Amino acid sequence: MSPVETSVSTRGQRHSLALTVGLALVGINVLVAVLTLLWTPYDPLNASGGRLEAPSLLHWLGTDRLGRDLLTQLMIGARTALLVGTGAVAIGAAIGVSLGVLAAFATRLADDVMAATLDILIAFPTLLLAMLVVAASDSASLWTAILALGLAISAIVARLTRILAKRVLRQDYIVASRTSGTSWAGVVLRHVLPNIWPTLSVNFALQFGLAVIAEASLSYLGLGAPPPNASWGRLLQEAQGTVYTAPIGAIAPGIALVALVIGMNLLADGLRDIADPTRGRSR
Amino acid sequence: MLDVQNVSFGYSREQTTLNDVSLSVRRGVSVGLVGESGSGKTTLLRLMLGLIRPTSGTIRFGDEILDPGNGGFMQRYRRAVQPVFQDPYSSLDPRQRVIDIIAEPLRSLRIPGDRTQAVAEALEAVGLTLDAMRRYPHEFSGGQRQRIAIARAIVAGPQIVLADEAVSALDLSTRIRIVELFKTLAERLTLVFVSHDLGVVAALCEEMVILERGRVVESGKTRDILAAPKHAYTQRLLASIPRMPA
Amino acid sequence: MKPLLDIRDLNIRAGDKPLVSNLFFTVQPGERIGLIGESGSGKSMTAMAATGLLPPSISVSGSIELDGQQVVGAADRVMNRLRGVAAAVVFQEPLTALDPLMKIGRQIAEPVRRRLERDGRRASKDVVQREVRDLIDKVALPQPERIINSYPHEVSGGQRQRVAIAMALACRPKLLIADEPTTALDVTTQAEILKLLDQLVRETGMALLFISHDLPVVADVVERVIVLKNGIAVEEGPVGAVFGKPQHDYTRTLVEAARLFDEALGATGS
Repeated sequence: MSPVETSVSTRGQRHSLALTVGLALVGINVLVAVLTLLWTPYDPLNASGGRLEAPSLLHWLGTDRLGRDLLTQLMIGARTALLVGTGAVAIGAAIGVSLGVLAAFATRLADDVMAATLDILIAFPTLLLAMLVVAASDSASLWTAILALGLAISAIVARLTRILAKRVLRQDYIVASRTSGTSWAGVVLRHVLPNIWPTLSVNFALQFGLAVIAEASLSYLGLGAPPPNASWGRLLQEAQGTVYTAPIGAIAPGIALVALVIGMNLLADGLRDIADPTRGRSR
Repeated sequence: MLDVQNVSFGYSREQTTLNDVSLSVRRGVSVGLVGESGSGKTTLLRLMLGLIRPTSGTIRFGDEILDPGNGGFMQRYRRAVQPVFQDPYSSLDPRQRVIDIIAEPLRSLRIPGDRTQAVAEALEAVGLTLDAMRRYPHEFSGGQRQRIAIARAIVAGPQIVLADEAVSALDLSTRIRIVELFKTLAERLTLVFVSHDLGVVAALCEEMVILERGRVVESGKTRDILAAPKHAYTQRLLASIPRMPA
Repeated sequence: MKPLLDIRDLNIRAGDKPLVSNLFFTVQPGERIGLIGESGSGKSMTAMAATGLLPPSISVSGSIELDGQQVVGAADRVMNRLRGVAAAVVFQEPLTALDPLMKIGRQIAEPVRRRLERDGRRASKDVVQREVRDLIDKVALPQPERIINSYPHEVSGGQRQRVAIAMALACRPKLLIADEPTTALDVTTQAEILKLLDQLVRETGMALLFISHDLPVVADVVERVIVLKNGIAVEEGPVGAVFGKPQHDYTRTLVEAARLFDEALGATGS
């Protein structure tokens, strides 16, 4: 058994490393987001320095075109990103998982209709879908952006859930559970959801990242959260014209965005492996 | 105890999987349902488990008609009739501990009493040690998994166990031990054993029913059928079984 | 006589895990040998190694001579020529062994054409067609016209296995390796396929390496058996001796189990 064991243990170590890094990246983001509720280096709305100042002891990341502290904007952007990612995935998961499980149980006709609808929805890029929803609402706000992204995500989640649930429903342990007297609701809660959860959770992390990026894109296009909500996407947009004179304005939010998305993916991978009893050291 | 009366079933209108099948299971007399692929034996088992409804005909349990829509009856029926499946890998939920797997009928049928104690007794009855409770299915071999599945089937004290090819996926040396286990079980409950393997059915069941393409072609005492098969299909089936050289 | 297959001190391992250890055996031309074992015994691994079909992640050491050619460490080019000429394989699940998107007639024609080219003969359409028809007759497939124009999923499991056997025969191999060829089939179909294999092996005089977990099935078609357990040969000898007077405990358990089901069936049948 040793070759298998070694590969399992190196895998285990690699995954625990992934988990640590993921936890650190996401953790820092959460801490910063919470911190902004209590304290920021400067007032985010007021110009506290000159225009486009270079990084200094007073302004660690310099200032933007209006002379506002960039670090402050970046920190508040972390809060926005977290809110958007979590909110959109929560909405997407709630709607998507419910629809997906229903579709898995539906009669063939209803299932076909649902599958076709989802396929059409998914054919639209998430961003385009979100833009349509935002455009349809009268005022752009952070919440419409979150709702729009959540709806777009729900189609992807529903399709995945449907496929995964169908696969689980074919297993003999589902029949055994039915003949044990378990209700369909019980079957879903006790067998279907736990067995599709590992794959779903990884997808949620992926969607979280995509939602954060999509929000940044919406903001970049001017369809996202209006000021005073600082978002990384808007910071990027504002830095567009000055990217050669003050590159830090684009680099800093860019790095923050990438770090959070990578962190979330690593975290989900690591959590899945811990949650799965069939992996890791057990034989 | 369990009577299948003139049951027909078709998954689609054009094709009937089962055609006017009748058989009865009497208390304490184990029955083998023998057939090859396409014989309808698995469909018959699903009907007897109340997972699907016959297109025509009825299945009776005691004086009552098996009706999957009758919740009160089904609760009693599920407690009395439990299945064991072929594939010990797909019949146990990989994410549940053995104790939760075995206790599921107790929980879902709301059977009062000490569940851990009941699970412990079931484990003992199938020849597994109590430390199995806290472990997960993937930690066990195929034969041990089948023992766990059998423990789940007997934990609620059923009168009938319906086994679907329950030893077919096992190696010969494991198979013989699981057959022994079923033999012991058959002393205190009624076994309905669905299989393509005449040898296993002959070793386990007092009576048997031979199915061919959805019809019962022969039924009766195992001993009599083996000694003098009447139907041509039964004769062919018996002649096809490879034997050990003398 | 020089053995057709000569396996000496064969060791197969996946990383550090031994799958087959210190295995020795030979198959003489025309000889019928059974490799018996349960899951994990290494019986299929041995067959794959003999035809050089193991993935590179699995390490093979020792010596396997197939028709005088060393297989261990041989280049793919060498093995491709050897497969077919020296040995052909029939697998357990014919559905996965056949190309689902190619009509059966064309699938059988392919090895026929390869063999003709190998023998330096012109593979004209007529010659190939005639050979395909011959092979279909040989494996007793009904309605040859329909079979030739069918896709694998359109015929029954037993018929698919006949197609697979026809493809193996098309190579005219000196050794036929059959890896659990009847395990996925119904009992009545199994009996027909076993009869066919037995008859074909006798007619063509090819050697047979029959791999199975099923003792009576093996006893039906071979003369000599090797019993494998966890990659180690625990017993070897003529069928009558091994099944009649098993020496090793493991063989004894298997034989007793098989006899028990046999006895339950009584003295009817064969």
